[in-house]
Amino acid sequence: MPEWNKPLPSIVGETRPYWESCRRGELVIQRCDSCHEYQFYPRGICANCWSNDIKWVKASGKGTVWTYTVTYQNRTQGFAQDVPYVLALVELAEGVKMFTNIVECNPQDVKIGLPVEVTFVQANNQVTVPYFKPSA
Amino acid sequence: MVDLRNAAAIVGIHEHVTRYAPDKSELQIQGESVIKALEDAGLTKNDVEGLFTASSSIRNSGLNLADYLNMYPKYVDNTTVGGGSFEFHLSHALTAIAAGRINCAVITYSSLARSGGVSVGTGGVGRYGHPRLDPSPDSFEEIYGLTTVGLYAMIAQRHMHLFGTTSEQLAEVAVATRKHASMNPEALFRTPITVADVVNARVISSPLHLLDCCVITDGGGAVVVASPEVARNCRQTPVWVLGAGEAVAHQGAGQRDLIYIAAKQSHQPAFEMAGVTHKDIDMAMIYDSFTITVVETLEDLGFCEKGEGGQFVSGGRIQIGGELPINTDGGGLSSNHPGMRGIFLLLEATRQLRHQFEGTPRQVPNCRLALCHGTGGALGSRHSGGTVILGRD
Repeated sequence: MPEWNKPLPSIVGETRPYWESCRRGELVIQRCDSCHEYQFYPRGICANCWSNDIKWVKASGKGTVWTYTVTYQNRTQGFAQDVPYVLALVELAEGVKMFTNIVECNPQDVKIGLPVEVTFVQANNQVTVPYFKPSA
Repeated sequence: MVDLRNAAAIVGIHEHVTRYAPDKSELQIQGESVIKALEDAGLTKNDVEGLFTASSSIRNSGLNLADYLNMYPKYVDNTTVGGGSFEFHLSHALTAIAAGRINCAVITYSSLARSGGVSVGTGGVGRYGHPRLDPSPDSFEEIYGLTTVGLYAMIAQRHMHLFGTTSEQLAEVAVATRKHASMNPEALFRTPITVADVVNARVISSPLHLLDCCVITDGGGAVVVASPEVARNCRQTPVWVLGAGEAVAHQGAGQRDLIYIAAKQSHQPAFEMAGVTHKDIDMAMIYDSFTITVVETLEDLGFCEKGEGGQFVSGGRIQIGGELPINTDGGGLSSNHPGMRGIFLLLEATRQLRHQFEGTPRQVPNCRLALCHGTGGALGSRHSGGTVILGRD
């Protein structure tokens, strides 16, 4: 495995199930059992009703590009040599938006509304990162 | 609510005009600015009871600043919500003065973003200067290579998609502010530019080009705010704080539509407090981190309908002589942007309301009411919005 030189997530109790699911190749999000709202990013509380009745649920892994930008300049190690790359907000089928990169395609082919699906890349033995690619 | 109109006035200002200061400390720039702003007001160190400052670094927090200045303020406010922090400071100073807790405050800021080589716009996570990501939200965002430019570019892209806004329309903002900068001897860039110059510049993060982005400079400044009793004895025409509103906008746990920015929430309380309407405003200082910031802000402040900002900024409307002149000092796009720019909005609005440029092309004719709106953070993830309305007798 080549050495991962991009920033890595810090993982704590409230977010650990998310990252452990990613390691298994599964995208999970949270839904509140009290108010039934989905939320992203994951939290130890329901951001909507402030209850702690939050449950982890498997996401469909499908969504559409809500917006994006083709990045041509980023001085951060790990990204500087990756330009141009696509930074995007993807709206999941469940209705919540998440930041991601759109990979496995030509940046010029990305458009708002493009159907995408999750794909995973193992960063190291502890962390696997979810990305999105155009739906087959 | 208590009537806060005219409860406080800006009585002294100073802009530290340096754009490059490798041999100064941030505290020195703030100290020099505070001294000059008090001179401008005709006040002294002993008159200052409140100290307001913001910084992304602890080095010039209110505590270190009070130490440097050897002051013992009885009211300290370090509210730091990005570049628009200083509109929040003025709002808070107004409240503290109206409540009778203090009679006089200084708001100050400085940064060595340029000489320090800070990649404010394209530094990615490095812009925070700490290697470890916070568990949230950083760990769900910075792993994807966010940049400040990118977070604004994403909203520009969505705006174009929804409303048909064009790169040429965004460029109109850069062209207008550069024209104003050409009248400001202190501005970093003063050579006029065209729409073609902007859209032909290299793309930093699509759809934003180099000239859609603000400059990076060193610099700083200070504002002295005082009660009506103190203001009456000051040297300068008081610039009254008539209205203030504050808001934040964020992803709303993944569910909010960030095409609407914090200005949508912050402007209404400011206008209500001031008892004025949009058509009364003679000029506006609109935080211009990027051209899209101005378009979105003008829409959500209510100067035009949502989606019509691209047309609104075209045809000279936002230039001096137009319907709503904005950023008459050249703005962040051409004059200066030392990391955070909110304080400079207050400085230029005050100069215009004092009629400091009377007899020159830079003066907005008969300027009696000005609006400042500071945006801090990033449109695409989370940001603050502070609106203040200022006026002269």
